[in-house]
Amino acid sequence: MKLPLSWLQDFVHLSDLEAVDIARLLTMAGMEVEDIQIAGLPMPSRDDHGFKVSGITWDKEKIVVAEISAVNPHPNADRLTLCELFDGQVNHTVLTGAPNLFPFKGLGKLEKPIKVAYAKEGAQIYDGHADGLVLTTLKRAKIRGVESYSMVCSEKELGISEEHEGVIFLDEDAPTGMPLADYMGDAVLEVKINPNMARNANVLGIARELAALTGRELRKPTMDDGQWTDDTVNGLSSLVKIEIANPELNPRFTLGLIRDVEIKPSPYWVQRRLRAAGMRPISNIVDATNYTMLEIGEPLHAFDYDVLVGRVANPSGSVVISTRTAQPGEKLTTLDNVERTLTESNVLVCDSAGPISLAGVMGGAETEVSDKTVNILLEAAAWNFINIRRTANQHNLPSEASFRFSRGVHPDVALDGLKRCLYWMSQWSGGKIAPGIVDNYPLPPKTPVVEITAKDIKRALGVEIPLEKAQELLERLEFACQITNHQLQVTPPPFRMDIGEGIIGKADVMEEIARLYGYDNIPETLMADPLPPQRGNPGLEAENRLRDLLAALGLQEIITHRMTAPEIENRLLPPNSEVSNIEYVKLANAIAPEKRVLRRSLLSSVLNVVERNARLRESLAMFEIGSVYIPNPGQLPDEPRRLSIAITGRRYESAWDTKVGVKVDFYDLKGILEALMDALHLDVTYTPAEHPSFHPGKCAAVVLNGSSLGVFGELHPLVQENYDFVSPVLAAEFDLEAVLAAVPPGYPIRPVSEFPPVLEDIAVIVDEVLPADRVEALIKQTGGKMLESVHLFDVFRSEQIGAGKKSLAYALTYRSYEGTLTDKDAAGIRSRIIKRLENELGAKLRS
Amino acid sequence: MLEKLAQIEKEALESLAAVEDEAALESWRVANIGRSSPVMNVFSQMGGLSKEERPLVGQRANQVKVAIEAAFAEKAAAIKDAALQKSLTGEKLDVTLPGRAFHHGRLHPATQNLRRVLAILAEMGFQVYTSRDVESDEYNFQLLNIPPHHPAREMQDTFYIDTSATDEAEKQVLRTHTSPGQIRAMRQFSAENPDNPPPIRIALPGMCYRFEQITARSEVQFYQVEGLVVGENITLGDLKGTLSEFARRMFGRQAKTRFRADHFPFTEPSAEMDVECFVCGGSGCPVCKKSGWLEILGCGMVHPTVLQNGGYDPARYSGFAFGMGPERQLMLRHKINDIRYIWGNDIRFLEQF
Repeated sequence: MKLPLSWLQDFVHLSDLEAVDIARLLTMAGMEVEDIQIAGLPMPSRDDHGFKVSGITWDKEKIVVAEISAVNPHPNADRLTLCELFDGQVNHTVLTGAPNLFPFKGLGKLEKPIKVAYAKEGAQIYDGHADGLVLTTLKRAKIRGVESYSMVCSEKELGISEEHEGVIFLDEDAPTGMPLADYMGDAVLEVKINPNMARNANVLGIARELAALTGRELRKPTMDDGQWTDDTVNGLSSLVKIEIANPELNPRFTLGLIRDVEIKPSPYWVQRRLRAAGMRPISNIVDATNYTMLEIGEPLHAFDYDVLVGRVANPSGSVVISTRTAQPGEKLTTLDNVERTLTESNVLVCDSAGPISLAGVMGGAETEVSDKTVNILLEAAAWNFINIRRTANQHNLPSEASFRFSRGVHPDVALDGLKRCLYWMSQWSGGKIAPGIVDNYPLPPKTPVVEITAKDIKRALGVEIPLEKAQELLERLEFACQITNHQLQVTPPPFRMDIGEGIIGKADVMEEIARLYGYDNIPETLMADPLPPQRGNPGLEAENRLRDLLAALGLQEIITHRMTAPEIENRLLPPNSEVSNIEYVKLANAIAPEKRVLRRSLLSSVLNVVERNARLRESLAMFEIGSVYIPNPGQLPDEPRRLSIAITGRRYESAWDTKVGVKVDFYDLKGILEALMDALHLDVTYTPAEHPSFHPGKCAAVVLNGSSLGVFGELHPLVQENYDFVSPVLAAEFDLEAVLAAVPPGYPIRPVSEFPPVLEDIAVIVDEVLPADRVEALIKQTGGKMLESVHLFDVFRSEQIGAGKKSLAYALTYRSYEGTLTDKDAAGIRSRIIKRLENELGAKLRS
Repeated sequence: MLEKLAQIEKEALESLAAVEDEAALESWRVANIGRSSPVMNVFSQMGGLSKEERPLVGQRANQVKVAIEAAFAEKAAAIKDAALQKSLTGEKLDVTLPGRAFHHGRLHPATQNLRRVLAILAEMGFQVYTSRDVESDEYNFQLLNIPPHHPAREMQDTFYIDTSATDEAEKQVLRTHTSPGQIRAMRQFSAENPDNPPPIRIALPGMCYRFEQITARSEVQFYQVEGLVVGENITLGDLKGTLSEFARRMFGRQAKTRFRADHFPFTEPSAEMDVECFVCGGSGCPVCKKSGWLEILGCGMVHPTVLQNGGYDPARYSGFAFGMGPERQLMLRHKINDIRYIWGNDIRFLEQF
């Protein structure tokens, strides 16, 4: 909300404070000032102002109130005028092109001089013709043969608003010669109003906070400027009646009447304040409703009373205003000339002829105030904030009124609003307020009473604040307080709806005490409570260990978006694969089609990143740990954890003396996985596997105790083609929960033998189709505990060996824990190994 | 014999003088001190000498052997030294040539930063509690004192899951904050001992989601770390003391904090903790947008309704909670000006951490 300082000063003395000091007070108390726009006042005196400040300062010597006594034609230009102007000291002839001075051209000496904002030679103002805010200094120049050195200013030139259609016409009582900064210099604070501060979405509310924060007096506007009761037979209550169908939706409805108004523009100071607050001036009557809303927070609506009377069927009958929910499909043309089709949750204000306003959101076109309006029926009402919020969203009608009503306006404020608005209408239009007010208030809100002890304060805030001090602070915000029996009884003022009952009310009031006491003044303490039982998070710790291991193995961790699209994940399948109807967790409000579901595959996420980086590096090795999302009808989705790995590119990075270009293959990835499984102490086996994403001959499952932990391999050539990769990609996907669940909590360590080994190599020829791990397993099994290690160091094929055969060469290390092995001991084991290989696997020793 | 020994010694020492490298030295050694060298042959011929001659020749032969060996040792040292000198003066690498690339892996910067935050909190007794990404409306909002149509919902633009749920509470959302974990933790712990629930001190990290367009300044997902403390004597002073201490551990002992009032539906009183800008020291710079302060976390005393919903009686228990966005700290610390880098996973970005 935009708040001109000048307006705040109607209610609290602030002129001794700089705008930044006021901004700091508000910000610290929960009303964050987001921006300060200076229009005339001095800029902040300190450098470390702490706020975003922009705008322009009006030089007191060079920018003053002046009066124009005549508007003469320019000798050489039809669109320019020459004004005879007095600045309080000297007469000037000032050249302007302002369209709003044209009507006065050639009228000779004006009956009433026009008061204007006058900038003298050398004054710094904004360039009215430039886009945006560009500072310029007034210099002497000749324009079409007439000398010009000064200017009559528009609002844009003075940094008040964007307005540059014409020059400012000040109010008639503006004192000629007075520095303009003294007359109307201002600063506008843009304040963020949090939902709990809805009561402060108005000038009076913020002024109240400032008065409370500084301990100053709040000068509340008087509401005694009308004759508010009228018991006469022909009083207002005989002319208009109010019927409320649903008090839950409409707890209060009030009406007032003002007669014989003259519709015209509002005084300049009103227009300036409205524009500074971000609203467009329209006419004195509409402006009065907006001004009052900004001033004290009650949105109002003005009807043309004579139009309403004309709609009454029985000419002698009174106007009956009723509120009710709409019939489904009922229509109302609102004052933006849009015909709106309503639903039954929308609340309508109606007269006997039908709907006249969409309650709390926007009035109807037919009954709105026009240039011809003479008598005004003014509505101030209270509405259910949830209902208004729905309606405003449903019809996409955010407005200053719906902003306030949808956050809650206390019904008590309605009457204040009505009186205040009638007062401004009478001031600005010459209208006469009809005696009396019609007020239907079927459902006043309950007023809670909150009880607080000094112990409560100490317990919540950690500081001793005597009840008397708390009372004094709360009374500044107009809480009614009473101390009895060491208890402070607190009643919120009749404009607040944010104070609850019981223990919640206590917390609400405690916040108010803390805000006014000052968060800064509450001492910092360390918790005296005992440390709770420490539980740890074994799952997260295990994941972190896995991350560290993978990074140690040379892989880069990535973290990707969880949102994707089925067609993106389908790239994991060869084209024209039968995509079974896989269900996704779908977003109801996706930001983009490619982010419309939650991922089911982590591998897809990783491959997307590898693809984007494929041309940036010779080789890539990446992994991600994260959740995938599997729908679970009627319940929250499953969120199983996954680990995915992908590697591609060169096995070794090329260097200035090595030009090798070998690319990574299946066994590079397997090596990484073996190292990982070894580090996790998982005794897994690798078995051929099938997976649609992988090459059928280059795919394996990682198996532990008969169940698969994950699958890896080289991407299927057709899948590879779905991506823009440079080299073959090897990838793996693991069920992370299964992996981590299998990690043993502890593991024993073998002793280290002190005796020397016997080393020897054996090579055997076996069938090509025989998996190598069977040979190794048999060697190990036969070698028993004397066989310390088996290392496959060569796989060889040749014509000599024969087609369909391969030679496997192993380096064996024999070693005993008991003594030095002899060649003879080793030969015995070796012959047993060879015999079993020959008998059980059909192997032949290669000589 | 004695003359022969003199001759042997003379010839050996003369030939040694000509030796210049290790290979020649080795053949000299075999020829002159080896098993079948002349001096060794003298020893083997000792048996043929007379009783009188034997001690004289033996003594002399020993002297010769020792002399030759000493000369050898000296020569060996000299050759080794010469080779060393040659290597030291002759072999000169261009040390500015690049080393052979050694590929090492890295953790994602968000992981690194998250660990840092959690490690500090762990030292302060906050243990990690994790919970799910897809939440019910009830857990993400209602139990946290944000009823349907509450204005506070406008503060959080929410991704909704497409379900057939009609009951508001059962509607599903991508969590907008890790706060639903507060309810899950409180309910889990209070269920253990409903009459006497244990105190709580936990950190809740996790990915959260906001319905926003992805731009340099906004992302659809972000990590959040929340903290929750519940006990019988927890005060606003404790909140200030604990979080200021956190800030000093996170940003350095000199870090200054300020607490200003703010609003969150699930805490009351609520505050925003600012830390004096560590780039400009508070004098105002582009990083802190000239304010001198950086918004670091939101915090407050746990709302009685939230305690109640978690199974903790607000008349007996109080607590505080706080929440921060670690990526923001990461961006501030490394002067990252585009949030899209974080989940963009460009290798050129990741490799810098």
